[in-house]
Amino acid sequence: MASETIALNLVDRGTRPIGDRLHDWVVTVDHKKLGILYILYALLFLVIGGIEATIIRIQLVVPHNHFVSPQVFNRMFTMHGTTMIFFVFMPMLFGFGTYLIPLMIGARDMAFPRLNAFSFWMTAFGGLLLYFSFIGGNGLYGAGNAPDVGWFAYAPLTSRAFSPGHSTDFWTLGLLVSGFGSIGTAVNFIATILCMRCPGMTLGKMPLLAWLNLVMAGMVILAVSPLTAAQIMLSIDRYLGAHFFDSQAGGSAVLWMHFFWIFGHPEVYILVIPAFAFVSEIIPVFSRKPIFGYPVMVAATVCIGFVSFSVWAHHMFTVGMTSYANSFFTITTMVVGVPTGIKIFNWIGTMWGGKIQFRAPMLFCVGFLFQFLTAGLTGIMLSASPFNWQLSNSYFVVAHFHYVLVGAILFTIFGAFYYWFPKMTGRMYNETFAKWHFWLFLIGFHLTFDFMHIPGMLGMPRRIYTYEPGRGWEIWNLIVTIGVIFQIAGVLVFVFNLLRSLVKGETAGSDPWDAWTLEWSTSSPPPEYNFAKIPVVKSRRPLWDIKHPEDPDWKYE
Amino acid sequence: MSSGAIARPLIKPEWALPSRGRVGMFTLIAAEAAIFTIFVVAYIFYIDKSLSGPMPKDVLELPIFNTVCLLSSSVTIHLAVRALRNAKVGAFGLWWFVTIALGAIFLVGTAREWQRLIFEKGLTISTNLFGTTYYSLVGLHAFHVTAGLIFLAIGMIFTFLGKVKPEHSERAEIFSLYWHFVDAVWVIVFTVVYVVGR
Amino acid sequence: MKAARHEKEWGRVVGPVAGILILLAAVLLAASLCSAATGPAVPSIFKPESTPADSIYGLSLLVLAVTGIIFVIVFSLLAYVVTKFRRRASDGPEPPQVYGSNQIEIAWTVIPVLIVLVLFMATARVIHAIQDAREPKGAIEVTAIGHQFWWEFRYPTLGIVTANELHVPVSDPSHPTPTFLKLLSADTDHSFWVPRLAGKTDLIPNRVNKMWIDPHETGLYVGQCAQYCGMQHAKMLLRVYVDSPEQFEQWVQEEKKPAQSSDAVNEGRRIFETTACINCHTVSGTVADGRFGPDLTHLMSRDTIASGAAPNTPENLQTWIQEPDAIKPGSLMPAMKLNDHDLNALTAYLETLR
Repeated sequence: MASETIALNLVDRGTRPIGDRLHDWVVTVDHKKLGILYILYALLFLVIGGIEATIIRIQLVVPHNHFVSPQVFNRMFTMHGTTMIFFVFMPMLFGFGTYLIPLMIGARDMAFPRLNAFSFWMTAFGGLLLYFSFIGGNGLYGAGNAPDVGWFAYAPLTSRAFSPGHSTDFWTLGLLVSGFGSIGTAVNFIATILCMRCPGMTLGKMPLLAWLNLVMAGMVILAVSPLTAAQIMLSIDRYLGAHFFDSQAGGSAVLWMHFFWIFGHPEVYILVIPAFAFVSEIIPVFSRKPIFGYPVMVAATVCIGFVSFSVWAHHMFTVGMTSYANSFFTITTMVVGVPTGIKIFNWIGTMWGGKIQFRAPMLFCVGFLFQFLTAGLTGIMLSASPFNWQLSNSYFVVAHFHYVLVGAILFTIFGAFYYWFPKMTGRMYNETFAKWHFWLFLIGFHLTFDFMHIPGMLGMPRRIYTYEPGRGWEIWNLIVTIGVIFQIAGVLVFVFNLLRSLVKGETAGSDPWDAWTLEWSTSSPPPEYNFAKIPVVKSRRPLWDIKHPEDPDWKYE
Repeated sequence: MSSGAIARPLIKPEWALPSRGRVGMFTLIAAEAAIFTIFVVAYIFYIDKSLSGPMPKDVLELPIFNTVCLLSSSVTIHLAVRALRNAKVGAFGLWWFVTIALGAIFLVGTAREWQRLIFEKGLTISTNLFGTTYYSLVGLHAFHVTAGLIFLAIGMIFTFLGKVKPEHSERAEIFSLYWHFVDAVWVIVFTVVYVVGR
Repeated sequence: MKAARHEKEWGRVVGPVAGILILLAAVLLAASLCSAATGPAVPSIFKPESTPADSIYGLSLLVLAVTGIIFVIVFSLLAYVVTKFRRRASDGPEPPQVYGSNQIEIAWTVIPVLIVLVLFMATARVIHAIQDAREPKGAIEVTAIGHQFWWEFRYPTLGIVTANELHVPVSDPSHPTPTFLKLLSADTDHSFWVPRLAGKTDLIPNRVNKMWIDPHETGLYVGQCAQYCGMQHAKMLLRVYVDSPEQFEQWVQEEKKPAQSSDAVNEGRRIFETTACINCHTVSGTVADGRFGPDLTHLMSRDTIASGAAPNTPENLQTWIQEPDAIKPGSLMPAMKLNDHDLNALTAYLETLR
């Protein structure tokens, strides 16, 4: 096909000077470049956040350790959490969506390319502002140091009285700025998906990735704004003497919690739904079957989108709400587990009767399935309010949410990397290194996060820079820290594989996986205009229809 | 693989999807609505919870004139957009200008009210919970009015420069959605602050 | 698809699956080990010794059983699917393309909904039983006030004020004497968590929370603050001494007494009462009536100082007074910078506060 000979954008050995090529990347409004920028930005912060986690784990490897001071430790867990959520997972998932959605719906770009660029740079600057807090440090008069209030920054710890200096403000402003970027991206996703699908692609025929990102974007619109509002209130408290969260004036610490978690809970679904999207694209292709139950997958996701806004106070079961409130949030949390859980059955149903190929993307998705099952079940345990009174704010919760974030979401992100790397770069990654990555990371993940549940059940709270010997926590903390070594090894192999394949990988061709959605119909990497002719589709798997003209999908859907 | 169309194009009804601008604006309005909701919730939560200082009924007066001005500006902007759609650029410019004037009057009125509250009644954002929630909610709304006025002014400048044409009526209409939203928020703020909370 | 190279998929799958199974078995084994073979000092939630903790434990067994069964079923399904439906040997035709099945999807929606209903009803019962329990006549009342980074305990009906180490009587089921705690905070959010006695409840400024414990066995139960409250959150430890009725009565009588006097330590008392100590600390019966720091009237009746951060020994007391950052960096106790003579005299005085 003629478009396969188009020069590779990423590893361009062309004659243009490097300054011009970098300038292209800085001023680009092309969704593909912006998508890659988001992903690379997130990858950098993944490494930084990982270093912060490593520091935490070394400090906790034995009781009464002196690896870092309490001041540094408290900054580490705050920055680790904030970085991973806002500057790793959000940009990573936005990046993949930005790259893939126009391609998958047969469009040439997003609805608002300049807004796309603006959103990326806002997110990027937000992260830089947050990290400036480290060097702002004690060297610059009045500039403060990194925030140490925890990623959910409970009031009144964040008031001027308890957090003097500017560290909390770096947290507030960095997230405020990147929050505008998130809202911009969400606006773009929604407008693109609703307004720019190619002819024939009704909402019922678009890839699940598009549907799930649509729901995610809708949730971002409604969930990030409460955080923005709360941060404005916090800043007004800190600088204009307001009293939103000032207990001396009758303000309420619990109000901050409500506002934060109205953001915070939907936020975790915002993170996991795109992960579901990756899995819903990868598993069918590597099982050689269509997704089982497409309409129910869509309906379940929309359901999750709505119900997830009614569960937030399960983060507040210990705050002293009435028994009726606790019961309400228990039932809603258990209910939201139903549409979430049955998706696992849909994925199993997809694999059932298939011919599964265990290439790297599929390995990570299989890991995801086992791990998301566990994560969901520990979530059900936490949803039972009295059980939560024991387990909340302990290492059990930390283990649970890392199971979701790392075991489910990060695994699918790795899978997505391997699956779409050929499309984005035109090169195949090395399968052997990818498998090393998988096994090393899997072992490390389980050593760390399986055994992390146990100290929680033995009474170890979270966010403590050290702990008492003799409480039975030592051995488990040791094992947890050892797991980190394997995870680091896995990530190093991953980064090495990416870089090496960029340079030495074999040419991938437009459709190395024999897949069925529109992005595989164009070259690898795609030309700037994506498609020579806007496609017209008749079913959910347009390429299947072409490859199997005797048995096209549109006869059965 | 063939480089042609993915499927043989059949004779189908025209493939019509909603306009991007409209969807984008509705989405933005949804996000803004969520922000305002949180400030309104905070306001309602803190009604009658101030430990001291002036209470709403002691200091608040119903801003009837302001409200009439702002709500009328929704009518005038609607008239402006309709005029442009009917290719009456002159009428558009006139009604657009009136909209700006009404919005500006609203802002001036708010400023005067705040001046009275601060200097005569001693109510500031740091006085008590009422002050905090009042100034932040009304202030957030006024900020959005200001932003709207800036965009309206830009539109006015383009009109004076003769750049505005009937084919821009859709853009004007999409902007007017934002302006209607700002007015709708005022209805809610007015009800919560001056009626319910007083 | 270019799959010709991957004929050894089977070997690559069975190893890992087995590995995962072994790992999971190890985890389960470990979990059961740790819940069974733990010493008395281990604050395990699976070793309850008080009614609320017992109720939670009972509920947790149900929840664990249900989730465990779900886990085994789905895990097995997954393991089956990844082994049975792997691609074998060479390329073949694509497998049958199945798009869904309404009956199956309905079934696997209805069953989880029913499970949720059962779990919810069991849970709601326990929520009410714990949260809405009425305070019986014989209950001990304690007001716990959380500070950065120590616990203030006041017994309003008994007229006692102490810090960090809570004494309660054991509760006999036939004549229950539970302890009902009112939870307040003087500064930021804290959380009272002694796992073997109850679930945790937060201490929030400007808010009154309530919890209760009903210990069945005498002994020492440990816990700590469970809501990040600042620099030294990690060392805001809790010690709850469940005493026999006689021991508790004795303790109460001791605590009610004002501070002992003794001429031998007059100099130390003078130093205490004329330096900044009395700004923060109370010693009842003297001029010292500061409320910012712990009540020291019966300092020597406690096993630890600095909210559990160090054992209560003369050396540690001296270190705490001279250089608190050596024990608990970031605590709000200032370094007093006394000369050696004054320090010794002061410590001698403090040692008499039994």
